[in-house]
Amino acid sequence: MSTTDFGAFPAVTGGAYAAPATSEQATAPERPAWSNVKAPDARSQPTAAVAFTNGRRALKVFLANPNALFGTAFLALVIAVALLAPVLYPDDPLSMVGKPFLWPGQDPTFPLGTDSLGRDVLAGILHGSRISLFVGLMATALSLTFGVFVGAIAGYFAGWVDDLLVRLIEIFQTLPSFVLLVVLVAIVQPSATTVTLAIAVISWPTVARLTRAEFRTIREKDFVMAARSLGFGHGRIIFREILPNALPPIIVTSSVMVATAILMESALSFMGLGDPNVVSWGSMIGTGRELVRTAWYLTALPGLAIVFTVLALNLIGDGLNDALNPRFTQDR
Amino acid sequence: MPLILASDLKTHYKTRDGLLRSVDGVDLVVERGETVGLVGESGCGKSTLGKTLLRLVDPTEGRIEFKGEDITTLDQGRLRNVRKSIQMIFQDPFASLNPRHTIGEILEAPLIVHKAGNRPARRRTVAGIIAKVGLPADAINRYPHEFSGGQRQRIGIARALLLNPDLIVCDEPVSALDLSIQAQILNLLVEMKKEFGLSYLFISHDLSVVRYFCDRVLVMYLGRIVESADNETLWSDPRHPYTRALMAAVPDPSRPRQAAPLGGDLPSPSNIPSGCRFHTRCPLATQLCRVADPEFRSIKPGHQVACHVADQTN
Amino acid sequence: MTSLLLQVENLTIGFPRAEPVRNLSFEVRAGETLAIVGESGSGKSLTALALMQLLPRAAAVISGRIIFDDRDLLGLDAREMRHLRGRDIAMIFQEPMTSLNPVMSIGRQIGEVLKAHEKLSGRAARERAIELLKLVRIPAAEKRVDDYPHQLSGGMRQRVMIAMAVACRPKLLIADEPTTALDVTIQAQVLDLLDTLRRELQMAVVLITHDLGVVAQWADRVVVMYAGRKVEQALPGELFNDPLHPYTRGLLSASPRLKHDFHYLEGPLTEISGSIVSAAGEVGCPFRPRCCQARASCGHQVPPLIAQTPDRLVACPFTSSLKAVPDAAHLSL
Repeated sequence: MSTTDFGAFPAVTGGAYAAPATSEQATAPERPAWSNVKAPDARSQPTAAVAFTNGRRALKVFLANPNALFGTAFLALVIAVALLAPVLYPDDPLSMVGKPFLWPGQDPTFPLGTDSLGRDVLAGILHGSRISLFVGLMATALSLTFGVFVGAIAGYFAGWVDDLLVRLIEIFQTLPSFVLLVVLVAIVQPSATTVTLAIAVISWPTVARLTRAEFRTIREKDFVMAARSLGFGHGRIIFREILPNALPPIIVTSSVMVATAILMESALSFMGLGDPNVVSWGSMIGTGRELVRTAWYLTALPGLAIVFTVLALNLIGDGLNDALNPRFTQDR
Repeated sequence: MPLILASDLKTHYKTRDGLLRSVDGVDLVVERGETVGLVGESGCGKSTLGKTLLRLVDPTEGRIEFKGEDITTLDQGRLRNVRKSIQMIFQDPFASLNPRHTIGEILEAPLIVHKAGNRPARRRTVAGIIAKVGLPADAINRYPHEFSGGQRQRIGIARALLLNPDLIVCDEPVSALDLSIQAQILNLLVEMKKEFGLSYLFISHDLSVVRYFCDRVLVMYLGRIVESADNETLWSDPRHPYTRALMAAVPDPSRPRQAAPLGGDLPSPSNIPSGCRFHTRCPLATQLCRVADPEFRSIKPGHQVACHVADQTN
Repeated sequence: MTSLLLQVENLTIGFPRAEPVRNLSFEVRAGETLAIVGESGSGKSLTALALMQLLPRAAAVISGRIIFDDRDLLGLDAREMRHLRGRDIAMIFQEPMTSLNPVMSIGRQIGEVLKAHEKLSGRAARERAIELLKLVRIPAAEKRVDDYPHQLSGGMRQRVMIAMAVACRPKLLIADEPTTALDVTIQAQVLDLLDTLRRELQMAVVLITHDLGVVAQWADRVVVMYAGRKVEQALPGELFNDPLHPYTRGLLSASPRLKHDFHYLEGPLTEISGSIVSAAGEVGCPFRPRCCQARASCGHQVPPLIAQTPDRLVACPFTSSLKAVPDAAHLSL
C-alpha cells in the first residue's frame, strides 16, 4: 500500500518538479519535458523476461539437450525404417525364407539371422516397427482427443458436470488397466485396430485428469476472467483461450504415452493377444521365448528394438519437459 | 437513473472452513460519469464485489440493476449484450493477457465475438485504439511478454475500451506497476474517461491514488461498506474509525511517525465477529458495538457511515 | 560518529548478458537503518542477495568489495560464509508464505536456525523459539509455537520470519521488501516491530523497498538506485524536502499524495515518460532516455557522484539548474 504518499512537503507540493511552463524553456531540454506527452514507452523496449514459453526459445532449449536429440534421431530412424520396410522387404515377414536358427552374421542374406521357422529376423523387426508405431501413435492420438475433451469440459465447467466426469474417470482408473486391456482384446477380434482402441480406452483417463487439473488452474487466471467479461462463448474460451496454455504438459505426457502404448502392444502380442496376421516386436519375443536358452538373439533383438524406441520417446518427453516448462527455460 | 445499482448484494462461497462471506450485504450506486473509489485491505471482498457486479461471480443474494434493467439472473446469452457495456481492467498485467495470442488477436477477438464489422473494419478499430492508449502501431503483431508492465496495462485498457462500455471496473489497475509508471496509467484513465464519457468503479488499496482519482469513495471492511462520502468530505472529515486508521497507517513524510494505528489482523470472512464487524480492532469499541450491528446511516447529505460512535469521533 | 559495520565498494554484479548492478558503493553504520529504494529492475534486491552471497547461479560479483566487520565477504569460502549467514547477517524476504517451510511447525523452523549455529537440545530450542515469538509480539506464543505457516496470517508469518532472522542476534538484518505483500495497517505494525528490535538488539537494518513513504518514516539514511546505480543518497528529510536528482524529483512529483488536495479534475499527474528498461545499453547517464533535462553531454559518460555534504550525494551535474523549474507548473498545463 501507499507506495505513493509524500504529504505536504514544500518542495513537492504544487509540483515543484513539474513540467516546465512555456517560458521556462531556457534550460533547453533536448526533448519534451515531463509534461504529459503520451509516454511512448513501447518504442525502445526489449522484452521483459517472463515465464512465457515461446516456440523458438523452447526449440532452442530442446535442441541444446543431447539426450533429447538422441531420442529424436532414434525415433526418426524408427519412423524411416517403418516407412521403408515394405520397400526393403516387400515379402511378408511371416513367410519362411531360409534355414531355421541362423545366428546373426552367419548368413549374409539374413544379417540378423532367422527364427525357428526360418523367418528373417531383420524383416520381422523392420515390419514390426510399423505395427508398434501405428499402435503407439494412433492409441495416443485417440486417447488424447478424448481425454483432452473430457478433461477440458470437466475442468472448465466444474460443478456437477465435473463431478460426473470425475466419477467416470475414476471408474476407469480403479480398474487394473492391464487386466482391462486383456479383457477388452479377448472380447473382440484381435487386430491392430482393436488393440489400438483398447489401449486408448485404458489410457485416456490419465490425459483427462491432467487436462482437467490444467484447466482448473488456468480457468482462474485473469485473462480468462477478461474473456468472460468480454462475453466470449464457452467454446471460444475453452479452445482459443485456455487450451493453448494447457498444452505443454499434455505434449510432454503424450510422448511418454506413445512409449507406454508400444509397451502395451508388445505385452499383448507377447501373450498372443495381438493381431496374428502381422508381425510385431512383442509377438517376436513371444515366439522366441521358449528358445531363450538356445537362441537368445530371437528375444534379445526385438527386445532391444522396444527398449531403444521406448527410451527414445522418454528422452524426448524429458527434453520437451525441460523446453516447455517455464521454470527451466528461464535462463535469464 | 443510476448507471449501476446494487442492493443488499451478497456473495458467499462454500469452503472447507465454512461459509466465506466475501461480500455480505452491499448497497452501491454508480452514477453516469462518476468515478467511485472502493478501498479496503486485501480480503475485505472488494475484488469479489467488482466481479459480482460484472456477473463474473454469481451473487448469493441481492439485486444488480444496470441502466434500470435487472441483470442479477440474466442467462449467459442475454448477459452478453450487457457485457459490452461493463468492462474490467485487471490488477496483474502479466496474468490478464493470454500469453499465446498476439496483441492484435487479443484486441480483435471481442469484436469478432460481438460481430462488430468485417475484418478490415475490425483492423481499423484495433489500430485506432492502440494509438489511443499510446502504444506503437507494430504492437499488433507482438506477444504480451514483449511488453513491460505499464505497456501491458495499456493493452488491458485498450481491450476494455474496444466495445464502447459505459462502466469500467478497475481492479487495482496500478498497484502492480512501478511508481514512475503509475502516473502514466492514471493519466491515461482520466483522459479516456473524458473522451468516452466513462464511469469507473476504481478498486484500490492505495488511498493516495484514490484521493487523486475518485469523485466518491466507499470504504469496505469484511464484506460491508462502512463509509461512503464524496472525495472532499472523506479526506477532510472521515468518520468511521476504520477509515481513520487506514489514513493514519499510510506513511507520510510530513508528520512524525506514529504508533501503528490498528492492532491485530483482519478477521477471516468465514468467521465474522458479531455486532459491529470492526469492533475486534476498533479503539473506540463499546459494549453496544459487540452486540449490535450498526446500520449504514446518513450523517449528512452524501455522507454515510456504519458506526455507533461516528458522531462522537470528532 | 558510529562505527562502520558494512562497507560496499564499487560492487558490480553481472549476468552473462547484463550488469544489473554497476559500481555501487555504500556503507552501513552499526545500529542504523539504511534504506535502499528503487523500482523493479533497479538492482536493489540483487544487491541484498550479494551481501548474503546468495546470488542466483547465473549471476556473479564481477568486481568490488563487501567489507563486513573488517572482513571482505567476497574472500570467504563457502563454509565461513555459511557460518556468518544467519548468525551475523540475516535476511527476511518479501513473501513470508513461500519463505517458510509449509510442512514444519514454526517453532521447529525457528529451532532449526538456532541449532544451525549453536549446540542446543530440542527442548531448549523450543524454549528459545517461544521466547523469540514473544520478542516479535506474537500473542499466545506458547500455543502458536506448534502452528504451521498456513494457520497464520500474512502479518504473523512475517513476524515469524523476523523471529528466525533475529534468532542469533545478528549485527545486520537485511529486509527485502518486508511489507510489500502486507496491508497498510499490518505494514505499520511490522515496520514498528523491526524498528523496536533494531534498538533492542542493537543491530543495523538494510531496508530494501520501493515505497518512498516507508523510507521517509523508518530510515536513517536513504540510497536511491536507478538501473543498477546509486543516483542519490541523502537523509530522508533532505530527500523529501529537496530532492536533487531528476529521477528522485520526478518520482516525488509523479506520486499522488494523501495530504495534498490535488484531484484529477484539476489536471493530470506529472509523468516520467518511458520505463526503466530504456536504460539498457545506455553509455552515459542511465536516466538520460527518460530525463526531461537531458543534454548532449549526459550521453558521454556516467555522471560521477557529487558530494554536497558527506551524507548527500547525487549523480547529476545539473542539479542547480533543475531547481529553477517553477513551482505549481503542472497546474498551468
